[in-house]
Amino acid sequence: MFLQKLRKGEEKFFRVVMFLSTLTIAMVLLLIIFSVLYKGLPSVSWEMLTQVPKGGFYFGKEGGILNAIIGSIYLSLGATLLAFVVGLPVALYMNVHLIRRQKLVNTIRFFLDLLWGIPSIVYGAFGFSIMIYLGLRVSLLAGIITVALFIIPIMVRSMDEVLKSVPRGLLEASLSLGSTRSEISYIVFFKQCIPGIMTAVLLSFGRAIGDAASILFTAGFTDHIPTSLSQPTATLPLSIFFQLTSPIPEVQERAYASAVVLIAFILIISILSRIFSQRFNKNKIDF
Amino acid sequence: MKTGNRYRSIQVNRLWREKLHSLWMNIALGIVIILPFLIAIGLLWKSEMLLEEHSLLNLLFSREWKPLSGKFGFYPFIISSLWVTILALLIAAPICLLTAIHLTQYADTWVLKVMHPVIDILAGIPSVIYGVWGILVIVPFISDYLGPLFGKQISGYSILAGAIVLSIMIIPFILNILIEVFKTIPNELSESSLALGATQWQTIKYVLIKKGMPGIISAFGLGLSRAFGETIAVLMVVGNVTRIPTGAFQPGYPLPALIANNYGEMMSIPLYDSALMLAALILFLVVLIFNFASRILIIKMEKRSQ
Repeated sequence: MFLQKLRKGEEKFFRVVMFLSTLTIAMVLLLIIFSVLYKGLPSVSWEMLTQVPKGGFYFGKEGGILNAIIGSIYLSLGATLLAFVVGLPVALYMNVHLIRRQKLVNTIRFFLDLLWGIPSIVYGAFGFSIMIYLGLRVSLLAGIITVALFIIPIMVRSMDEVLKSVPRGLLEASLSLGSTRSEISYIVFFKQCIPGIMTAVLLSFGRAIGDAASILFTAGFTDHIPTSLSQPTATLPLSIFFQLTSPIPEVQERAYASAVVLIAFILIISILSRIFSQRFNKNKIDF
Repeated sequence: MKTGNRYRSIQVNRLWREKLHSLWMNIALGIVIILPFLIAIGLLWKSEMLLEEHSLLNLLFSREWKPLSGKFGFYPFIISSLWVTILALLIAAPICLLTAIHLTQYADTWVLKVMHPVIDILAGIPSVIYGVWGILVIVPFISDYLGPLFGKQISGYSILAGAIVLSIMIIPFILNILIEVFKTIPNELSESSLALGATQWQTIKYVLIKKGMPGIISAFGLGLSRAFGETIAVLMVVGNVTRIPTGAFQPGYPLPALIANNYGEMMSIPLYDSALMLAALILFLVVLIFNFASRILIIKMEKRSQ
Protein backbone atom coordinates (compact mmCIF):
# COMPACT_ATOMS: atom_id res chain seq x y z
CA MET A 1 0.00 0.00 0.00
CA PHE A 2 2.70 2.40 1.07
CA LEU A 3 4.85 1.42 -1.87
CA GLN A 4 2.00 2.06 -4.26
CA LYS A 5 1.57 5.53 -2.83
CA LEU A 6 5.28 6.17 -3.15
CA ARG A 7 5.15 5.17 -6.80
CA LYS A 8 2.22 7.42 -7.49
CA GLY A 9 3.96 10.25 -5.65
CA GLU A 10 7.13 9.77 -7.69
CA GLU A 11 5.22 9.91 -10.93
CA LYS A 12 3.34 13.02 -9.83
CA PHE A 13 6.54 14.71 -8.74
CA PHE A 14 8.26 14.02 -12.04
CA ARG A 15 5.26 15.11 -14.06
CA VAL A 16 5.41 18.48 -12.33
CA VAL A 17 9.18 18.76 -12.86
CA MET A 18 8.84 17.82 -16.52
CA PHE A 19 6.11 20.35 -17.05
CA LEU A 20 8.21 23.00 -15.33
CA SER A 21 11.24 22.30 -17.51
CA THR A 22 9.09 22.57 -20.64
CA LEU A 23 7.68 25.83 -19.30
CA THR A 24 11.22 27.09 -18.59
CA ILE A 25 12.21 26.66 -22.23
CA ALA A 26 9.21 28.61 -23.47
CA MET A 27 9.76 31.30 -20.83
CA VAL A 28 13.43 31.68 -21.76
CA LEU A 29 12.50 32.37 -25.38
CA LEU A 30 10.00 35.02 -24.27
CA LEU A 31 12.60 36.48 -21.91
CA ILE A 32 15.21 36.71 -24.67
CA ILE A 33 12.93 38.41 -27.16
CA PHE A 34 11.32 40.64 -24.55
CA SER A 35 14.56 41.81 -22.94
CA VAL A 36 16.20 42.65 -26.28
CA LEU A 37 13.09 44.48 -27.51
CA TYR A 38 12.68 46.32 -24.19
CA LYS A 39 16.24 47.57 -24.28
CA GLY A 40 16.51 48.16 -28.00
CA LEU A 41 13.15 49.39 -29.28
CA PRO A 42 13.37 52.90 -27.73
CA SER A 43 16.59 53.57 -29.68
CA VAL A 44 15.33 52.32 -33.04
CA SER A 45 14.83 55.36 -35.25
CA TRP A 46 14.29 56.09 -38.90
CA GLU A 47 17.68 57.82 -39.18
CA MET A 48 19.38 54.77 -37.81
CA LEU A 49 17.88 52.51 -40.43
CA THR A 50 18.49 54.78 -43.44
CA GLN A 51 21.94 56.30 -42.90
CA VAL A 52 25.47 54.99 -43.11
CA PRO A 53 27.82 55.84 -40.22
CA LYS A 54 29.06 59.41 -40.34
CA GLY A 55 32.17 60.92 -38.77
CA GLY A 56 32.31 60.13 -35.07
CA PHE A 57 29.57 57.48 -35.30
CA TYR A 58 31.49 55.21 -32.97
CA PHE A 59 31.73 58.01 -30.41
CA GLY A 60 27.96 58.42 -30.28
CA LYS A 61 27.57 60.99 -33.07
CA GLU A 62 25.20 60.88 -36.03
CA GLY A 63 24.71 58.09 -38.50
CA GLY A 64 23.05 54.72 -38.78
CA ILE A 65 23.63 51.08 -39.57
CA LEU A 66 22.37 51.01 -43.15
CA ASN A 67 25.82 49.77 -44.23
CA ALA A 68 25.42 46.72 -41.98
CA ILE A 69 21.82 46.02 -43.01
CA ILE A 70 22.56 46.20 -46.73
CA GLY A 71 25.87 44.38 -46.27
CA SER A 72 24.19 41.54 -44.41
CA ILE A 73 21.51 41.21 -47.08
CA TYR A 74 24.10 41.18 -49.89
CA LEU A 75 26.22 38.64 -48.08
CA SER A 76 23.40 36.27 -47.14
CA LEU A 77 21.69 36.50 -50.53
CA GLY A 78 24.97 35.79 -52.31
CA ALA A 79 25.85 32.92 -50.02
CA THR A 80 22.36 31.40 -50.22
CA LEU A 81 22.40 31.63 -54.00
CA LEU A 82 25.83 30.00 -54.22
CA ALA A 83 24.84 27.29 -51.75
CA PHE A 84 21.64 26.68 -53.71
CA VAL A 85 23.54 26.23 -56.97
CA VAL A 86 25.80 23.63 -55.36
CA GLY A 87 23.32 22.20 -52.87
CA LEU A 88 20.23 21.51 -54.96
CA PRO A 89 22.05 19.27 -57.47
CA VAL A 90 23.64 17.30 -54.63
CA ALA A 91 20.28 16.77 -52.92
CA LEU A 92 18.64 15.76 -56.21
CA TYR A 93 21.54 13.50 -57.14
CA MET A 94 21.24 11.65 -53.84
CA ASN A 95 17.52 11.08 -54.28
CA VAL A 96 17.19 10.47 -58.02
CA HIS A 97 20.44 9.14 -59.46
CA LEU A 98 21.56 7.19 -56.43
CA ILE A 99 18.16 5.85 -55.42
CA ARG A 100 19.29 2.27 -55.83
CA ARG A 101 22.49 2.73 -53.86
CA GLN A 102 21.13 3.47 -50.41
CA LYS A 103 24.37 2.57 -48.68
CA LEU A 104 26.26 5.25 -50.59
CA VAL A 105 23.49 7.77 -49.97
CA ASN A 106 23.57 7.05 -46.25
CA THR A 107 27.33 7.55 -46.23
CA ILE A 108 26.88 10.94 -47.92
CA ARG A 109 24.24 11.84 -45.35
CA PHE A 110 26.62 10.88 -42.58
CA PHE A 111 29.26 13.12 -44.17
CA LEU A 112 26.87 16.04 -44.41
CA ASP A 113 25.83 15.62 -40.77
CA LEU A 114 29.49 15.76 -39.77
CA LEU A 115 29.95 18.92 -41.83
CA TRP A 116 26.86 20.43 -40.23
CA GLY A 117 28.44 19.99 -36.81
CA ILE A 118 31.65 21.87 -37.59
CA PRO A 119 31.63 25.23 -35.79
CA SER A 120 31.41 28.33 -37.94
CA ILE A 121 34.62 29.77 -36.54
CA VAL A 122 36.48 26.83 -38.10
CA TYR A 123 34.95 27.69 -41.47
CA GLY A 124 36.06 31.26 -40.86
CA ALA A 125 39.62 30.22 -40.11
CA PHE A 126 39.62 27.90 -43.12
CA GLY A 127 38.30 30.68 -45.37
CA PHE A 128 41.05 32.91 -44.03
CA SER A 129 43.81 30.41 -44.81
CA ILE A 130 42.40 29.94 -48.34
CA MET A 131 42.43 33.72 -48.78
CA ILE A 132 46.07 33.88 -47.74
CA TYR A 133 46.89 31.02 -50.11
CA LEU A 134 45.21 32.72 -53.07
CA GLY A 135 46.45 36.17 -52.09
CA LEU A 136 42.95 37.61 -51.69
CA ARG A 137 42.00 40.38 -49.29
CA VAL A 138 38.95 40.63 -47.02
CA SER A 139 35.99 41.17 -49.31
CA LEU A 140 32.33 40.54 -49.89
CA LEU A 141 33.24 37.68 -52.23
CA ALA A 142 35.45 35.94 -49.65
CA GLY A 143 32.66 36.31 -47.10
CA ILE A 144 30.08 34.92 -49.51
CA ILE A 145 32.19 31.86 -50.29
CA THR A 146 32.93 31.14 -46.62
CA VAL A 147 29.30 31.48 -45.55
CA ALA A 148 28.18 29.39 -48.54
CA LEU A 149 30.52 26.57 -47.48
CA PHE A 150 29.08 26.85 -43.98
CA ILE A 151 25.42 26.62 -45.07
CA ILE A 152 25.75 24.03 -47.86
CA PRO A 153 25.46 21.04 -45.48
CA ILE A 154 22.46 22.63 -43.75
CA MET A 155 20.75 23.27 -47.06
CA VAL A 156 21.48 19.88 -48.62
CA ARG A 157 20.39 17.94 -45.55
CA SER A 158 17.10 19.82 -45.20
CA MET A 159 16.35 19.50 -48.93
CA ASP A 160 17.27 15.84 -48.72
CA GLU A 161 14.75 15.29 -45.92
CA VAL A 162 12.04 16.70 -48.18
CA LEU A 163 13.08 14.86 -51.34
CA LYS A 164 13.29 11.60 -49.39
CA SER A 165 9.54 11.68 -48.92
CA VAL A 166 8.70 11.72 -52.65
CA PRO A 167 7.04 8.40 -53.45
CA ARG A 168 9.20 6.05 -55.46
CA GLY A 169 6.34 5.35 -57.86
CA LEU A 170 6.68 8.85 -59.23
CA LEU A 171 10.27 8.16 -60.21
CA GLU A 172 9.40 4.83 -61.80
CA ALA A 173 6.46 6.30 -63.72
CA SER A 174 8.60 9.10 -65.16
CA LEU A 175 11.36 6.68 -66.08
CA SER A 176 8.93 4.42 -67.86
CA LEU A 177 7.69 7.40 -69.89
CA GLY A 178 11.20 7.88 -71.18
CA SER A 179 12.39 10.88 -69.16
CA THR A 180 16.08 11.33 -68.56
CA ARG A 181 17.23 11.46 -64.96
CA SER A 182 17.96 15.19 -65.04
CA GLU A 183 14.44 15.83 -66.33
CA ILE A 184 13.04 13.77 -63.47
CA SER A 185 15.21 15.72 -61.04
CA TYR A 186 14.34 19.22 -62.13
CA ILE A 187 10.86 18.80 -63.56
CA VAL A 188 9.29 16.15 -61.34
CA PHE A 189 11.14 16.08 -58.01
CA PHE A 190 11.98 19.78 -57.81
CA LYS A 191 8.44 20.88 -58.64
CA GLN A 192 6.96 18.33 -56.28
CA CYS A 193 8.98 19.68 -53.38
CA ILE A 194 9.08 23.42 -54.01
CA PRO A 195 7.49 24.40 -50.64
CA GLY A 196 9.89 22.19 -48.70
CA ILE A 197 12.85 23.40 -50.72
CA MET A 198 11.84 27.01 -50.07
CA THR A 199 11.79 26.24 -46.35
CA ALA A 200 15.29 24.77 -46.60
CA VAL A 201 16.49 27.87 -48.45
CA LEU A 202 14.94 30.19 -45.85
CA LEU A 203 16.48 28.18 -43.03
CA SER A 204 19.90 28.53 -44.63
CA PHE A 205 19.33 32.23 -45.27
CA GLY A 206 18.54 32.68 -41.57
CA ARG A 207 21.74 30.88 -40.63
CA ALA A 208 23.73 33.01 -43.07
CA ILE A 209 22.37 36.33 -41.84
CA GLY A 210 22.88 35.50 -38.19
CA ASP A 211 26.35 34.06 -38.24
CA ALA A 212 29.23 36.22 -37.11
CA ALA A 213 32.16 33.92 -36.45
CA SER A 214 32.70 32.79 -40.04
CA ILE A 215 32.81 36.30 -41.53
CA LEU A 216 34.98 37.83 -38.84
CA PHE A 217 38.11 36.90 -40.82
CA THR A 218 36.78 37.05 -44.33
CA ALA A 219 34.28 39.86 -44.93
CA GLY A 220 35.98 42.60 -42.92
CA PHE A 221 34.13 45.68 -41.78
CA THR A 222 33.54 49.07 -43.39
CA ASP A 223 31.38 52.15 -43.03
CA HIS A 224 30.40 52.12 -46.70
CA ILE A 225 27.89 50.07 -48.61
CA PRO A 226 29.92 47.78 -50.88
CA THR A 227 29.56 48.45 -54.60
CA SER A 228 31.54 45.48 -55.86
CA LEU A 229 32.38 41.96 -54.78
CA SER A 230 35.99 42.83 -54.05
CA GLN A 231 35.18 45.40 -51.37
CA PRO A 232 34.89 44.57 -47.70
CA THR A 233 31.44 44.73 -46.20
CA ALA A 234 29.82 45.40 -42.85
CA THR A 235 27.33 42.91 -41.41
CA LEU A 236 24.64 43.18 -38.76
CA PRO A 237 26.00 40.64 -36.25
CA LEU A 238 29.48 42.13 -36.35
CA SER A 239 28.05 45.63 -36.17
CA ILE A 240 26.19 44.66 -32.97
CA PHE A 241 29.30 43.02 -31.59
CA PHE A 242 31.59 45.99 -32.27
CA GLN A 243 29.16 48.62 -31.02
CA LEU A 244 28.58 46.66 -27.84
CA THR A 245 32.27 46.57 -26.97
CA SER A 246 32.34 50.36 -26.98
CA PRO A 247 32.32 52.03 -23.54
CA ILE A 248 30.12 54.93 -24.75
CA PRO A 249 26.45 54.50 -23.71
CA GLU A 250 24.97 56.02 -26.90
CA VAL A 251 26.87 53.53 -29.04
CA GLN A 252 25.74 50.65 -26.82
CA GLU A 253 22.14 51.79 -27.14
CA ARG A 254 22.52 51.58 -30.87
CA ALA A 255 23.91 48.07 -30.53
CA TYR A 256 20.70 47.04 -28.79
CA ALA A 257 18.69 48.75 -31.51
CA SER A 258 20.68 46.83 -34.15
CA ALA A 259 19.90 43.63 -32.25
CA VAL A 260 16.20 44.46 -32.62
CA VAL A 261 16.70 44.78 -36.39
CA LEU A 262 18.44 41.40 -36.53
CA ILE A 263 15.73 39.72 -34.41
CA ALA A 264 13.09 41.22 -36.73
CA PHE A 265 14.87 39.66 -39.71
CA ILE A 266 15.02 36.25 -38.02
CA LEU A 267 11.38 36.32 -36.91
CA ILE A 268 10.21 37.30 -40.40
CA ILE A 269 12.22 34.45 -41.91
CA SER A 270 10.84 32.04 -39.32
CA ILE A 271 7.24 33.08 -40.02
CA LEU A 272 7.76 32.83 -43.78
CA SER A 273 9.20 29.34 -43.52
CA ARG A 274 6.33 28.34 -41.25
CA ILE A 275 3.88 29.47 -43.93
CA PHE A 276 5.75 27.47 -46.54
CA SER A 277 6.04 24.33 -44.45
CA GLN A 278 2.37 24.40 -43.56
CA ARG A 279 1.70 23.69 -47.19
CA PHE A 280 4.05 20.79 -46.90
CA ASN A 281 3.24 18.87 -43.76
CA LYS A 282 4.80 15.52 -44.59
CA ASN A 283 8.28 16.57 -43.58
CA LYS A 284 7.34 18.11 -40.28
CA ILE A 285 8.78 16.56 -37.17
CA ASP A 286 5.87 15.24 -35.19
CA PHE A 287 6.23 14.72 -31.51
CA MET B 1 11.91 13.78 -93.17
CA LYS B 2 11.61 17.24 -91.63
CA THR B 3 9.84 15.96 -88.54
CA GLY B 4 12.42 13.24 -88.22
CA ASN B 5 15.20 15.82 -88.14
CA ARG B 6 13.43 17.90 -85.55
CA TYR B 7 12.79 14.85 -83.45
CA ARG B 8 16.42 13.90 -83.60
CA SER B 9 17.62 17.39 -82.64
CA ILE B 10 15.30 17.49 -79.63
CA GLN B 11 16.59 14.09 -78.64
CA VAL B 12 20.22 15.23 -78.98
CA ASN B 13 19.43 18.36 -76.98
CA ARG B 14 17.87 16.35 -74.20
CA LEU B 15 20.80 14.02 -74.00
CA TRP B 16 23.25 16.92 -73.93
CA ARG B 17 21.30 18.55 -71.16
CA GLU B 18 21.30 15.28 -69.26
CA LYS B 19 25.06 14.99 -69.62
CA LEU B 20 25.70 18.58 -68.49
CA HIS B 21 23.45 18.20 -65.47
CA SER B 22 25.02 14.94 -64.47
CA LEU B 23 28.47 16.48 -64.80
CA TRP B 24 27.55 19.43 -62.58
CA MET B 25 25.87 17.14 -60.06
CA ASN B 26 29.01 15.07 -59.82
CA ILE B 27 31.18 18.16 -59.41
CA ALA B 28 28.88 19.56 -56.72
CA LEU B 29 28.88 16.28 -54.84
CA GLY B 30 32.67 16.18 -55.16
CA ILE B 31 32.93 19.64 -53.62
CA VAL B 32 30.85 18.57 -50.65
CA ILE B 33 32.78 15.36 -50.11
CA ILE B 34 36.27 16.87 -50.22
CA LEU B 35 35.32 19.89 -48.10
CA PRO B 36 36.22 18.40 -44.70
CA PHE B 37 39.54 17.15 -46.02
CA LEU B 38 40.23 20.56 -47.54
CA ILE B 39 39.49 22.22 -44.20
CA ALA B 40 41.89 19.90 -42.39
CA ILE B 41 44.62 20.42 -44.99
CA GLY B 42 44.12 24.18 -45.12
CA LEU B 43 44.36 24.58 -41.36
CA LEU B 44 47.27 22.17 -41.07
CA TRP B 45 49.12 24.08 -43.77
CA LYS B 46 48.86 27.32 -41.83
CA SER B 47 49.65 25.84 -38.43
CA GLU B 48 52.66 23.87 -39.64
CA MET B 49 54.99 26.82 -39.08
CA LEU B 50 54.25 26.74 -35.37
CA LEU B 51 54.41 22.97 -35.15
CA GLU B 52 57.88 23.05 -36.66
CA GLU B 53 59.16 25.12 -33.75
CA HIS B 54 57.29 23.52 -30.87
CA SER B 55 55.99 20.02 -30.32
CA LEU B 56 52.24 19.55 -30.16
CA LEU B 57 52.26 18.15 -26.61
CA ASN B 58 54.36 21.06 -25.49
CA LEU B 59 51.85 23.51 -26.97
CA LEU B 60 48.84 21.76 -25.48
CA PHE B 61 50.14 21.57 -21.93
CA SER B 62 52.20 24.72 -21.64
CA ARG B 63 50.64 27.40 -19.47
CA GLU B 64 52.37 30.43 -20.91
CA TRP B 65 50.62 32.49 -23.57
CA LYS B 66 52.96 35.30 -24.59
CA PRO B 67 52.74 35.75 -28.35
CA LEU B 68 55.22 38.64 -28.32
CA SER B 69 57.98 36.44 -26.99
CA GLY B 70 56.89 33.47 -29.07
CA LYS B 71 55.30 31.44 -26.25
CA PHE B 72 52.06 29.76 -27.23
CA GLY B 73 50.64 27.58 -24.46
CA PHE B 74 47.06 26.51 -25.10
CA TYR B 75 46.50 24.95 -21.68
CA PRO B 76 44.51 27.84 -20.09
CA PHE B 77 42.24 28.04 -23.12
CA ILE B 78 41.62 24.32 -23.28
CA ILE B 79 40.76 24.21 -19.57
CA SER B 80 38.43 27.21 -19.99
CA SER B 81 36.73 25.51 -22.93
CA LEU B 82 36.22 22.35 -20.89
CA TRP B 83 34.77 24.29 -17.94
CA VAL B 84 32.29 26.23 -20.05
CA THR B 85 31.24 23.29 -22.20
CA ILE B 86 30.78 20.73 -19.44
CA LEU B 87 28.96 23.20 -17.19
CA ALA B 88 26.64 24.11 -20.08
CA LEU B 89 25.87 20.46 -20.71
CA LEU B 90 25.20 19.85 -17.01
CA ILE B 91 22.60 22.62 -17.09
CA ALA B 92 21.05 21.68 -20.42
CA ALA B 93 21.00 17.87 -20.11
CA PRO B 94 18.36 17.39 -17.38
CA ILE B 95 16.10 20.11 -18.84
CA CYS B 96 16.29 18.53 -22.29
CA LEU B 97 15.70 14.98 -21.05
CA LEU B 98 12.70 15.94 -18.92
CA THR B 99 11.19 18.11 -21.65
CA ALA B 100 11.69 15.46 -24.31
CA ILE B 101 9.93 12.87 -22.14
CA HIS B 102 7.15 15.32 -21.40
CA LEU B 103 6.65 16.20 -25.06
CA THR B 104 6.74 12.62 -26.35
CA GLN B 105 4.81 10.88 -23.54
CA TYR B 106 2.53 13.20 -21.64
CA ALA B 107 1.93 16.51 -23.37
CA ASP B 108 -1.42 17.62 -24.80
CA THR B 109 -1.64 18.68 -28.40
CA TRP B 110 -1.82 22.37 -27.53
CA VAL B 111 1.50 22.11 -25.70
CA LEU B 112 3.03 20.54 -28.80
CA LYS B 113 1.55 23.26 -30.97
CA VAL B 114 3.19 25.89 -28.79
CA MET B 115 6.50 24.13 -28.21
CA HIS B 116 7.22 23.26 -31.82
CA PRO B 117 7.66 26.87 -32.99
CA VAL B 118 9.35 27.75 -29.69
CA ILE B 119 12.08 25.17 -30.27
CA ASP B 120 12.43 26.22 -33.92
CA ILE B 121 12.80 29.89 -33.09
CA LEU B 122 15.24 29.19 -30.25
CA ALA B 123 17.35 27.22 -32.71
CA GLY B 124 17.22 30.04 -35.25
CA ILE B 125 18.22 32.94 -32.99
CA PRO B 126 21.71 34.13 -33.98
CA SER B 127 24.48 33.70 -31.43
CA VAL B 128 25.08 37.45 -31.29
CA ILE B 129 21.55 37.90 -29.95
CA TYR B 130 22.23 35.27 -27.29
CA GLY B 131 25.33 37.27 -26.39
CA VAL B 132 23.34 40.50 -26.14
CA TRP B 133 20.82 38.73 -23.94
CA GLY B 134 23.63 37.36 -21.78
CA ILE B 135 24.99 40.87 -21.25
CA LEU B 136 21.53 42.27 -20.56
CA VAL B 137 20.20 39.58 -18.23
CA ILE B 138 22.63 36.86 -17.17
CA VAL B 139 25.70 38.96 -16.36
CA PRO B 140 23.84 41.43 -14.10
CA PHE B 141 21.97 38.51 -12.52
CA ILE B 142 25.24 36.83 -11.58
CA SER B 143 26.94 39.97 -10.31
CA ASP B 144 23.92 41.32 -8.40
CA TYR B 145 22.26 38.18 -7.03
CA LEU B 146 24.16 34.94 -7.51
CA GLY B 147 27.60 36.34 -6.62
CA PRO B 148 26.53 38.00 -3.32
CA LEU B 149 24.61 34.84 -2.47
CA PHE B 150 27.93 33.01 -2.39
CA GLY B 151 29.61 36.00 -0.77
CA LYS B 152 31.58 37.11 -3.81
CA GLN B 153 32.14 40.48 -5.38
CA ILE B 154 32.36 39.82 -9.11
CA SER B 155 31.69 41.57 -12.40
CA GLY B 156 29.43 38.81 -13.67
CA TYR B 157 31.52 38.18 -16.79
CA SER B 158 32.38 34.63 -15.88
CA ILE B 159 32.48 30.99 -16.89
CA LEU B 160 29.05 30.54 -15.32
CA ALA B 161 27.57 33.31 -17.51
CA GLY B 162 29.07 31.67 -20.61
CA ALA B 163 27.76 28.27 -19.54
CA ILE B 164 24.21 29.52 -18.92
CA VAL B 165 24.02 31.30 -22.28
CA LEU B 166 25.54 28.27 -23.99
CA SER B 167 23.14 25.86 -22.32
CA ILE B 168 20.15 27.78 -23.72
CA MET B 169 21.76 27.70 -27.15
CA ILE B 170 22.22 23.93 -27.21
CA ILE B 171 18.82 23.09 -25.69
CA PRO B 172 16.84 23.17 -28.98
CA PHE B 173 19.59 21.17 -30.67
CA ILE B 174 19.70 18.38 -28.08
CA LEU B 175 15.93 18.41 -27.65
CA ASN B 176 15.27 17.76 -31.35
CA ILE B 177 17.60 14.75 -31.35
CA LEU B 178 16.13 13.37 -28.11
CA ILE B 179 12.61 13.60 -29.51
CA GLU B 180 13.77 11.69 -32.58
CA VAL B 181 15.43 9.09 -30.36
CA PHE B 182 12.30 8.49 -28.28
CA LYS B 183 10.25 8.19 -31.45
CA THR B 184 12.42 5.37 -32.82
CA ILE B 185 11.71 3.17 -29.79
CA PRO B 186 8.97 0.72 -30.83
CA ASN B 187 5.56 1.27 -29.24
CA GLU B 188 5.12 -2.45 -28.51
CA LEU B 189 7.82 -2.27 -25.86
CA SER B 190 6.09 0.33 -23.73
CA GLU B 191 2.71 -1.26 -24.42
CA SER B 192 3.83 -4.63 -23.09
CA SER B 193 5.33 -2.95 -20.05
CA LEU B 194 2.04 -1.16 -19.39
CA ALA B 195 0.12 -4.39 -19.91
CA LEU B 196 2.20 -6.04 -17.18
CA GLY B 197 0.92 -3.47 -14.72
CA ALA B 198 3.74 -0.96 -14.66
CA THR B 199 2.80 2.68 -14.26
CA GLN B 200 3.60 5.05 -17.07
CA TRP B 201 6.48 6.53 -15.12
CA GLN B 202 7.92 3.07 -14.45
CA THR B 203 7.64 2.31 -18.14
CA ILE B 204 9.52 5.47 -18.94
CA LYS B 205 12.19 4.77 -16.35
CA TYR B 206 12.81 1.09 -17.05
CA VAL B 207 11.91 0.74 -20.72
CA LEU B 208 12.14 4.02 -22.57
CA ILE B 209 15.26 5.48 -20.97
CA LYS B 210 17.02 2.13 -20.77
CA LYS B 211 16.28 1.35 -24.41
CA GLY B 212 17.12 4.84 -25.56
CA MET B 213 20.36 5.14 -23.57
CA PRO B 214 22.77 5.06 -26.56
CA GLY B 215 20.64 7.67 -28.30
CA ILE B 216 20.48 9.85 -25.21
CA ILE B 217 24.23 9.67 -24.73
CA SER B 218 24.89 10.56 -28.34
CA ALA B 219 22.43 13.46 -28.20
CA PHE B 220 24.44 14.81 -25.28
CA GLY B 221 27.66 14.15 -27.22
CA LEU B 222 26.40 16.18 -30.16
CA GLY B 223 25.30 18.94 -27.81
CA LEU B 224 28.72 18.92 -26.20
CA SER B 225 30.49 19.34 -29.52
CA ARG B 226 28.08 22.08 -30.56
CA ALA B 227 28.83 23.90 -27.31
CA PHE B 228 32.56 23.40 -27.72
CA GLY B 229 32.66 25.37 -30.97
CA GLU B 230 30.25 28.15 -30.15
CA THR B 231 32.03 31.47 -30.46
CA ILE B 232 30.49 34.90 -30.39
CA ALA B 233 27.91 34.49 -27.63
CA VAL B 234 30.44 32.96 -25.25
CA LEU B 235 33.07 35.52 -26.18
CA MET B 236 30.72 38.32 -25.18
CA VAL B 237 30.00 37.14 -21.65
CA VAL B 238 32.88 34.95 -20.50
CA GLY B 239 35.34 37.68 -19.53
CA ASN B 240 38.33 36.69 -21.68
CA VAL B 241 41.16 36.63 -19.15
CA THR B 242 44.15 34.41 -19.91
CA ARG B 243 44.33 32.43 -16.69
CA ILE B 244 43.60 28.88 -15.68
CA PRO B 245 40.13 29.06 -14.09
CA THR B 246 39.48 27.20 -10.85
CA GLY B 247 35.82 28.06 -10.29
CA ALA B 248 32.63 28.88 -12.15
CA PHE B 249 32.59 32.49 -10.96
CA GLN B 250 35.96 33.24 -12.50
CA PRO B 251 36.44 34.66 -15.97
CA GLY B 252 37.64 32.25 -18.65
CA TYR B 253 38.97 32.36 -22.18
CA PRO B 254 37.77 29.42 -24.32
CA LEU B 255 39.49 28.40 -27.57
CA PRO B 256 36.91 29.81 -30.05
CA ALA B 257 36.94 33.16 -28.21
CA LEU B 258 40.72 33.20 -28.48
CA ILE B 259 40.53 32.79 -32.24
CA ALA B 260 37.80 35.38 -32.74
CA ASN B 261 39.25 37.97 -30.40
CA ASN B 262 42.72 38.18 -31.84
CA TYR B 263 42.20 38.12 -35.58
CA GLY B 264 43.02 41.84 -35.72
CA GLU B 265 46.57 41.63 -34.43
CA MET B 266 47.51 38.18 -35.62
CA MET B 267 49.16 39.34 -38.81
CA SER B 268 51.53 41.72 -37.03
CA ILE B 269 53.16 39.23 -34.66
CA PRO B 270 55.18 36.33 -36.08
CA LEU B 271 53.63 32.87 -35.70
CA TYR B 272 50.52 34.37 -34.09
CA ASP B 273 48.32 33.54 -37.09
CA SER B 274 49.82 30.08 -37.15
CA ALA B 275 48.91 29.58 -33.48
CA LEU B 276 45.31 30.69 -34.06
CA MET B 277 44.98 28.33 -37.01
CA LEU B 278 46.28 25.52 -34.84
CA ALA B 279 43.60 26.41 -32.29
CA ALA B 280 41.01 26.17 -35.09
CA LEU B 281 42.46 22.80 -36.12
CA ILE B 282 42.22 21.48 -32.54
CA LEU B 283 38.61 22.67 -32.42
CA PHE B 284 37.86 21.03 -35.76
CA LEU B 285 39.34 17.69 -34.75
CA VAL B 286 37.70 17.56 -31.31
CA VAL B 287 34.29 18.43 -32.74
CA LEU B 288 34.70 15.97 -35.59
CA ILE B 289 35.63 13.09 -33.28
CA PHE B 290 32.73 13.79 -30.93
CA ASN B 291 30.30 14.10 -33.83
CA PHE B 292 31.58 10.93 -35.44
CA ALA B 293 31.23 8.84 -32.29
CA SER B 294 27.78 10.19 -31.47
CA ARG B 295 26.39 9.72 -34.97
CA ILE B 296 27.69 6.14 -35.11
CA LEU B 297 25.96 5.42 -31.79
CA ILE B 298 22.66 6.83 -33.10
CA ILE B 299 22.84 4.85 -36.35
CA LYS B 300 23.58 1.65 -34.44
CA MET B 301 20.62 2.25 -32.17
CA GLU B 302 18.27 2.94 -35.08
CA LYS B 303 19.39 -0.26 -36.76
CA ARG B 304 18.80 -2.32 -33.65
CA SER B 305 15.29 -1.05 -33.07
CA GLN B 306 14.22 -1.64 -36.65
